[in-house]
Formats: sequence, structure tokens, C-alpha cells
Amino acid sequence: MADATVNAPTPSQTMTGPTGPKPKRAFSSTNIIIYGTLFVVCLYYLLPLYVMLVTSLKGMPEVRLGHIFAPPVEVTFEPWVKAWSEACTGINCEGLSRGFSNSVWILVPSVIISIAIASVNGYALANWRFKGSEVFFTILIFGAFIPYQVMIYPIVILLRESGEGITWFLRIFNEDASSFRLMGSLSGLVIVHTIFGMPILTLLFRNYFTSVPEELFKAARVDGAGFWGIYFRIMLPMSLPIFVVAMILQVTGIWNDFLFGVIYTKPETYPMTVQLNNIVNSVQGVKEYNVNMAATLLTGLVPLVIYFASGKLFVRGIAAGAVKG
Amino acid sequence: MAVTDTGQREAAVKRPSRLFNNLASKFAAIPMIFTALVVFVGCTLWTIYHSFTRSRLLPAPDKWVGLENYERLWSENRWLISIENLAIYGFCSLVLSLVIGFVLAALLDRKIRFENTIRTIILYPFALSFVVTGLAWQWILNPALGLQNAVRNWGWESFTFDPLNNAEIVIFGVLIAGIWQGSGFVMVLLLAGMRGIDEDVWKASRVEGIPAWKTYIFIVIPMMRPVFVTALVIISAGIIKVYDLVVAQTSGGPGIASEVPAKYVIEKMFQSQNLGLGFAASTMMLLSVLVVLIPWAYLEFGGKKNG
Repeated sequence: MADATVNAPTPSQTMTGPTGPKPKRAFSSTNIIIYGTLFVVCLYYLLPLYVMLVTSLKGMPEVRLGHIFAPPVEVTFEPWVKAWSEACTGINCEGLSRGFSNSVWILVPSVIISIAIASVNGYALANWRFKGSEVFFTILIFGAFIPYQVMIYPIVILLRESGEGITWFLRIFNEDASSFRLMGSLSGLVIVHTIFGMPILTLLFRNYFTSVPEELFKAARVDGAGFWGIYFRIMLPMSLPIFVVAMILQVTGIWNDFLFGVIYTKPETYPMTVQLNNIVNSVQGVKEYNVNMAATLLTGLVPLVIYFASGKLFVRGIAAGAVKG
Repeated sequence: MAVTDTGQREAAVKRPSRLFNNLASKFAAIPMIFTALVVFVGCTLWTIYHSFTRSRLLPAPDKWVGLENYERLWSENRWLISIENLAIYGFCSLVLSLVIGFVLAALLDRKIRFENTIRTIILYPFALSFVVTGLAWQWILNPALGLQNAVRNWGWESFTFDPLNNAEIVIFGVLIAGIWQGSGFVMVLLLAGMRGIDEDVWKASRVEGIPAWKTYIFIVIPMMRPVFVTALVIISAGIIKVYDLVVAQTSGGPGIASEVPAKYVIEKMFQSQNLGLGFAASTMMLLSVLVVLIPWAYLEFGGKKNG
């Protein structure tokens, strides 16, 4: 235990590596326990990824041998091709590619719109408070804890009714305007993602903008800049990192969404996660585990790439949810 | 209304254009106000109200039946199983993810090499969706071709580990996947809290000759109380929402052995066309969130804000 006290950490240490006094012995029993435990832990966390990968590279005869942890004897990329372009959900055999493009079409507008709205909200809350703004903000934050199941059905009605309202409005100008639908369409899902991303993003931006020095804001005001002027010319250029954090948060969150995808879209517009679940858990046909795992990996690829590329920014994004406003 | 507006910063800068600028701010906040009032408050009240009506295929606001839906709900086996599963899953997942998260955070806190690599490895499942998590573990726990069979092939012929097809323990199969996905997040939260502790505490305990593990348990944990409370609230809110993990991994099976409330609600609303029951069940979910949230809000804000 003597070593443990010598090795006691200092809170000020940086994330880049160990600092401070060097441990006296590199192979002390404490160190062996620590590194041994961490090694086993890392194996446990990596195991499913490894299993998915090797399974997806095996042919079905090899999978049926039941050596789930063994590396493939004969590497084949056929399961990946099949998962992408041929895998079936019911009678439809187009593979995951359609789910992928649906997810992209959902993702891009959702991320842009939700971040645009939330950043302006956060800016208004940080710099342009008005009577009641804090009350709305508090409701918003507490609303983040309401189970989605409570609000899901009324939102179905809201989307349907506003779709009909828009149709009615369009027909004032053009008798033959086709009926506009929000329910079951991608635009409806974009609205839902914007709504449910709002609490965390608004919190993120509000906290960030509050930390911007007030002098900057005052100086701009004296120079005659207004609400939008300050937002676009001062706040926006200054806060690119927080926009990146918000983007990481939204891209992974929206890509991984399953519940809203099931409820607010129809089979032709299902996002990738929903389609993946339908492919793998479909009861028809022979189970092709290698194709299933390739499909699973394909779906997980986007958030994984974001995660490994973003590094600390990802951590900052998820930690933002934990930091109280 | 504008006359009484007292934004912190406008107060400092008195300008005639204040009214106009505040209008811009209010205009910009319309989506937020809409979300807060119409969606979060309005839709929640709508659901609570309709849980007292005999809504079947369509909402029936004029057929008031009082607590009938709730009585039916609590006499239904499927709901009781869902609640039981949520209780088991919730308790185990809370305890395990806090314990695992804390131990891992403490290990990473020991000034080790490769800290970044290890943290990246432990946290990556959190970036994956519950659907991907559920499907991956469904495959690993496959009795004929997965872990069980692999261990038998290694020579341990009688090895049996088949949680997904055993109604008694299926929820623990889901738990393994849930812990794998979420414990890295708890670790990151707790590690951040640990790093925030004053270095002098460690110096003092070193001077006193207190072993590191004792310092963690008797000094660090009590000092990290706020972080633990935050983690607790976030984990609990996540547990009550558990839906896609179960759908992907077990589809609620075998039979109805791994049903959870969130899944029950969706099925009542969109498949068995019994809206009233779905609304009642979702109101119960809301109630369980409030049980966690109200004490937390009370501690956190001390009644100075009315949430």
C-alpha cells in the first residue's frame, strides 16, 4: 500500500499523460493490479466490436461451426455487400442502403435546424433576457426529463393537424395543391428532433454565451449593433467550438434514434436503425448472422467514426448534459 | 410588457431601441416558448387528461371514466411484469453502473499511462445506439452459436449461459448489454468529478499515511456527492426510457418475460389500439420520473425556482 500513497494523483494533471513524480518501481504490485484490471476491462468492452467484425467477415458455413471468437479462416466481404444492397425486410429486399439515405436526409436538416434554433435560444437567454425567459428555460430543462412516451401521441395529432392546416393554407393560393403531410414524412421527423434536441442544446449554448465577456457585448451595443447583428458578427464567429460540440451531440443522437423513427415515419422513410432492427429481427427466412452483423456494424459506423474522430469534443458534449445550468 | 423587461445587460445600456431589440429576442425565442408550453406542458397535460377517458382507437375526450384505465392497467399481467422488469433492471443497472463507473474512474485517476486510449475504449459503446448494442449482444448470447457454444467447444461441456431464452433471467441478459453501453458514460462523469477535488485533500491523506482505497471511500466519495446525485438523476431518467434495447435484443421475449413499461405504452397506443391504457401507463412513467426528479430539484434549487 506504500506505493499507492506515493502514486497518489494530483487533480491538476493533464489528460495527455502522467505528470508529477515518477513511481519508484514500474512493476509494483499495485501497478500490476491496476494495469491488469484495466486490460481485462478493455477486452470486455472491445469484445462485442471484435465479435461483430469477425462474424461479418465469415461465410455462413464457417459461422455455423460456432467458433464465435475465432478469426475468419477465409475472409469474405460478401455479407457486407449483401447487408448494404440485398438484405430483406419482409418482401422488400433493397438492403440497408435506403435506410442509410433516409437517415442522411433526416440527419442533415435536423442537425442544422435544431442547432440554429437552439443557439439563438441560448443567445437570447444569455444576453437578451426578457420577462419570463427564465421560466420558459426552466420548463424546457425539466421537460427533458419527461418520458417521450407521454408526449408521443399528442405530437402525432399536432403533426397531422398542422399538416392539414398547411394544406388548407396552400389551397387558398392554388386549388390543386397536393395535400401536405407532416405525419409520416421526413419533415415531420425533423421537427420532432428539433423539439427534443432543444433542451440540451439550449443549455449548452446558454452556458457558453454566458461565459463570453460582457464587455464585448456592451461595446457592440454602443456601436449600434442589434440582436441579430451581435449574434452573427460576434457570437457566431467566437463560438465555433461549441457549435462543433453541438453537432457531434446531435449527429450521434439523431443517427441512433429508434423510437421517433418508428412512430413518426412509414416503412418507405424508416431511418437506418429501424430498418436494421427489421432486417435482423425478421422472422422470415434463414437467419444469416454474418449479414446481420455486417448490417449492425454499418449502422454503427457513422457514430463510431464521429466518436473516434472527435475525441475530447465528444466527451465535452456528453458532459454538457451533466453540468447543471 | 416591455417596460418591465429587466434584462441584466439592457439595464446597463439604456437605449431607446430597447423595445425593438427585446421584440427581436422574444421573436427569436418563439420556438423555445412553443416547445416549452405546447409540447412539454400542453402535450403532457393532454395525455394525463386522456388517461382518464375511455379512448380506444381514437382519443375520446368526452368519455370520462375516472380511474378505470388505471385499475385495468394494474390488474394486467403484462404491465406487472413490465414494472417488475424495470425495477430489477433499474436497481441493478443503477448500482452496477455507479460501482463499475467509480472503480474505473478511480483506476484511471491513478496517473496511469495510456489513459486516453483506455478511456476511448471504455466509452465507445456509448456512441452506439441501443439497437446496435442489443443486436450485438443478441448474437453473442446466441445459445447455439455464441458464447455458450464457444465455451463448450473449448472443453467445458456443461457450461450453460443462455439468458435470452430463459424467462427467469432474460432481464439480466438485457442488463449485461445495458451496462456495456452506459457504464463508460458514468465513468467519464465521475472521473470529471474526481479531477475537480482539491489536491490538498490527497496531500493531507498522504501525510496522514491513509491508504489510497480508504481515501477514496471515506474522503473522495463523500466529497463527490453532487456528482453522484447528477449521475443518479441522469441514469434513472435513462432507465425509465429503456425501449429500443429491449426491442432489438429480445423483442420483449421469451413470451412477455422481458417487457418494459416504455414498450408497453407504445404497443398499447400504436398496435393494440387501446389509447386509454397507453395514456394511463405513460402517466405512470411520468409519475416515476417525478419521484426521482422532485427531490433532486428540491435539493438542487432549494425551492428558489418553481419547476
